[in-house]
Amino acid sequence: MSRALALLTLLSSFPFLALLSNAFSPENPTDRRVLVLLDDFSIKSSHSLYFNSLQTRGYDLDFKLADDPKIALQRYGQYLYDALILFSPTIDSFGGSLNAAAILEFVDAGHDLILAADASASDLIREIASECGVDFDEDAAAMVVDHTSYAVSDTEGDHTLIAGDNIIQSDVILGREKIKAPVLFKGIGHSINPANSLVMKILSASPSAYSANPKSKLSAPPTLTGSAISLVSVVQARNNARILISGSLSMFSNRFFRSGVQKAGSTINHDKSGNEQFVTETSKWVFHERGHLKAVNVRHHKVGEAEEPSIYRINDDLEYSVEVYEWSGTSWEPYVADDVQVQFYMMSPYVLKTLSTNQKGVYYTSFKVPDVYGVFQFKVEYEKLGFTSLSLAKQIPVRPFRHNEYERFITTAFPYYGASFSMMGGFFLFSLVYLYHK
Amino acid sequence: MVAKMEKATDLLSSPQSLFSLKSLKLKTKQQELLIRISILCLVYILAFITRLFSVLRYESMIHEFDPYFNYRTTLYLTQKGFYEFWNWFDSESWYPLGRIIGGTLYPGLMVTAAFIYWILRFLRFAVHIREVCVLTAPFFASNTTLVAYFFGKELWDSGAGLVAAALIAICPGYISRSVAGSYDNEAVAIFALLLTFYLFVKAVKGGSLAWSLASAFGYFYMVSAWGGYIFIINLIPLYVLVLLVTGRYSMRLYVAYNCMYILGMLLAMQIRFVGFQHVQSGEHMAAMGVFFLMQVFYFLDWVKHLLNDQKLFQAFLRITLTCAISVGAVALGVGTASGYISPWTGRFYSLLDPTYAKDHIPIIASVSEHQPTAWSSFMFDFHILLILFPAGLYFCFKRLSDATIFIVMYGLTSMYFAGVMVRLILVATPAVCLISAIAVSATIKNFSQLVRTKTKPTQGGSGKGTTSAKTSSKGALDQSLPYQKNGAIALLVGAFYLLTRYAIHCTWVTSEAYSSPSIVLAARGAHGNRVIFDDYREAYFWLRQNTPSDAKVMSWWDYGYQITAMGNRTVIVDNNTWNNTHIATVGRAMSSYEDEAYEIMRSLDVDYVLVVFGGVTGYSSDDINKFLWMVRIGGGVFPVIKEPDYLVNGEYRVDKGAAPKMLNCLMYKLSYYRFGELTTEYGKPPGYDRARGVEIGNKDIKLEYLEEAYTTSNWIVRIYKVKPPKNRW
Repeated sequence: MSRALALLTLLSSFPFLALLSNAFSPENPTDRRVLVLLDDFSIKSSHSLYFNSLQTRGYDLDFKLADDPKIALQRYGQYLYDALILFSPTIDSFGGSLNAAAILEFVDAGHDLILAADASASDLIREIASECGVDFDEDAAAMVVDHTSYAVSDTEGDHTLIAGDNIIQSDVILGREKIKAPVLFKGIGHSINPANSLVMKILSASPSAYSANPKSKLSAPPTLTGSAISLVSVVQARNNARILISGSLSMFSNRFFRSGVQKAGSTINHDKSGNEQFVTETSKWVFHERGHLKAVNVRHHKVGEAEEPSIYRINDDLEYSVEVYEWSGTSWEPYVADDVQVQFYMMSPYVLKTLSTNQKGVYYTSFKVPDVYGVFQFKVEYEKLGFTSLSLAKQIPVRPFRHNEYERFITTAFPYYGASFSMMGGFFLFSLVYLYHK
Repeated sequence: MVAKMEKATDLLSSPQSLFSLKSLKLKTKQQELLIRISILCLVYILAFITRLFSVLRYESMIHEFDPYFNYRTTLYLTQKGFYEFWNWFDSESWYPLGRIIGGTLYPGLMVTAAFIYWILRFLRFAVHIREVCVLTAPFFASNTTLVAYFFGKELWDSGAGLVAAALIAICPGYISRSVAGSYDNEAVAIFALLLTFYLFVKAVKGGSLAWSLASAFGYFYMVSAWGGYIFIINLIPLYVLVLLVTGRYSMRLYVAYNCMYILGMLLAMQIRFVGFQHVQSGEHMAAMGVFFLMQVFYFLDWVKHLLNDQKLFQAFLRITLTCAISVGAVALGVGTASGYISPWTGRFYSLLDPTYAKDHIPIIASVSEHQPTAWSSFMFDFHILLILFPAGLYFCFKRLSDATIFIVMYGLTSMYFAGVMVRLILVATPAVCLISAIAVSATIKNFSQLVRTKTKPTQGGSGKGTTSAKTSSKGALDQSLPYQKNGAIALLVGAFYLLTRYAIHCTWVTSEAYSSPSIVLAARGAHGNRVIFDDYREAYFWLRQNTPSDAKVMSWWDYGYQITAMGNRTVIVDNNTWNNTHIATVGRAMSSYEDEAYEIMRSLDVDYVLVVFGGVTGYSSDDINKFLWMVRIGGGVFPVIKEPDYLVNGEYRVDKGAAPKMLNCLMYKLSYYRFGELTTEYGKPPGYDRARGVEIGNKDIKLEYLEEAYTTSNWIVRIYKVKPPKNRW
């Protein structure tokens, strides 16, 4: 009886185990459980293409109204979600215990965030964005207007529907396939904080764009102009949490996905905008399906030995190796690049070498320890656009020669040896003569 | 102890009291020997036990700062053996530069302690190495008394030797550096110093190769133990020079000096830290110059002997001297210009010119024991010896010999150095004790002879003994003076009274001033009870238990040795101040604003910052009071740090009137973080700093890049953790 029960428990726990093994972990860094906060549930259907593409890729979306009093990101100190999508640009305060600080803490705990604002974005959304280094235009009614690279539409509008093609060149963020059609954008512009070194534009406005209220007359020069305006930005935090901030919610919508686009001044009419490809590819990046690296098995040893020593001597020859893998979304694949470097570092790099790779993930090199003693570090600081930054530091002291490691006899010193020995002999003879001569 | 002091002088100076011991049936000589040996034994024991106050008051522990390093290295030596010790590269200090311990220390102390430890182990005494280290200093102080006895005997007579032994056994100037637990180089070095001098004087006196060989070995031990050997290698040539100039050149001197110099130099080269300095550094050139001068002297003597012609010799002398001096000057000039002979170091300059360090080397001037000595500390450390010293000099001049010339020169030069630096009182102490002992012994001997010559007729035949015919005739001559006997008795009583006061003073000073370990602080509570502040050890053990083993701790250099020894964590700078730039970097971090300091700390991989703060307890030697030195040392290398920025009208203050930079620099913030909420004294506003007696000026301190990790129970040590960089910026 009890046996049967155990078997039953075992069986019933199988799918759970399967789910567990599939869940987010450092070994399996793709997010699984995603919380989607909406202003109202109509967005769920108006943006269904986007959500469907996420769900078909295996994400477990949990739709909630942003003011739902039952929202909670964590319970008993454990986060319930791996990522958060904020499609609620107008929300003034979240329901439940959620607030801006909690969301930022969620990010600082290593989780990802997609945030879409819109014209008239609330202060709460602005606060979260500015904490991530993104400053939306302070004028609540402002939108990005561009009179030269707007999307041609049937009705001559106010040129706030922008056909953006100023897209960052990065295979890892946007996928290998080039985005051919312009991306439609309608919403608020932002600038990125120059003090923040981690935020970057992936879709920026054209030089002729500006940010202003399209309904009123322009009385003063707009504060945000030209390609300083960013339309969509991403942040990769130091703990490799990824954030995407867009000034337009509608760019994720089914309508924009499906509509054709013709950029003003261009004769090419694309029947489908680049939006679907753009937002899907960026979501792959944000949710760590791409560009996630890990470095394991840092090894170093003297040439000809296998054991890792606890200390090196100056002028030792050593070999260093590290394995770097990239997460493909389902498995760890060897990462192949020719620009991974190692530093032998003590306050400044004494040795800087590019590592060779065997194409199977192992990077290796060998070099001579410099003629300087001290506490060194093997440092790999690999920061490449779109990839998680690798920062490995392994401390190793380097000692000078021991007293018996110097050369015993030096050829150049033979005259001195001769001098001292002849002196000794001479002294001995002299003493003999002096003492016994008489 | 007082009684014994009296006994030492009393028994010695009035031998007629011995005759009551007739039942022992010993000859006078034997009796005297017996008494002398028993006095020496008592002095030997006394010197040891008077240094044990600290062990009784506190516990058997290592004191101060440097002794912790010595203890750590001794421990390493006993655990890993001599070769590992010799080649030890320490990656835990001076991060990330590291320190070659084996090549940058004087190993004499550690080897001595380890040797004692191994011997005790061999004899099956299961002692801990810490106990050996704690008791090394008292043990060597006892040995010093023996050397002082022999030295005094060599200089004057055995009476002076006994007095010298008794005086040096309890002299506070020496005790200050040799109480139990004060496990520092000086503990064995003073013994070695006095031994070298004694053996050298003995060698000069007899012209014996054996004694000068022994003196070379004494010198070798001194070189291996302490950097103060530089005093020997300059004093002895100076002494030789003085003998040459005063026409006291002799074959004895030639043998003693040449043998001692050559062998001592070769032996000293075996110490890695000293290396080739004897032939390459400016400080050692005097000895070499005198060595060559001696050869010239000898050569001239020989030529004079051969020539037998006064006139011809005069001409020859002139030519030779000119040649010798010019060759020497050219050699010195070329050596210095080519960099083969290094110039004098800053430390040496600051000895010759007391104001030099203050202007040029703040790192030397910042140490309290390098300050010029105040009169009060002379009085405190020497007491009556200060008055007896000139009297002793008088006696020495009255009976000039090679030996007394030496002690006079030793006394005068070391007195000068003691005036330049507080810590060098230690070097002067043996000389002062010896010279004073001569004064005491000679005076008491004279007086007691006076007293005795009168009583002799009444005592009949028992008057013979140590008194010689000469003194008795002198006594007979003096008999004409009235009240002579009474006067002599009065003066004797006065002398004994002074010596009694000296003994009382010494004991009091030892127990009150020189026996506190400074790692554990004691204060009187409100009800007169003793309050113990054990915050240092609390903090170091916290570091040891709660931080990752490769954590790097930044603190002012004073605490470096203690953190590595007790906390077992890596430090950025420590008390071995070999790299001024590194210390200046730490000083700069402490005196910068928090964000600038953060950059510096990141570049040094600092994980924790430790500051010492006395505002709660009123402990005055804390980091805020040392802060101006950090500013000066930091500013010496990084001119962005300017001392006037931290002062208001040249005044250093921490209250509301303080300079804005002072109120916001890292050291201020770390010391006074959360202090504004604390009421330290009844009737005072919160944030009242008891060490400086003011209410602090910045009570609302926010830390951005650091967070408080630990504060000890009396707030004396505060440890902060350096935060990692911001996640999203």
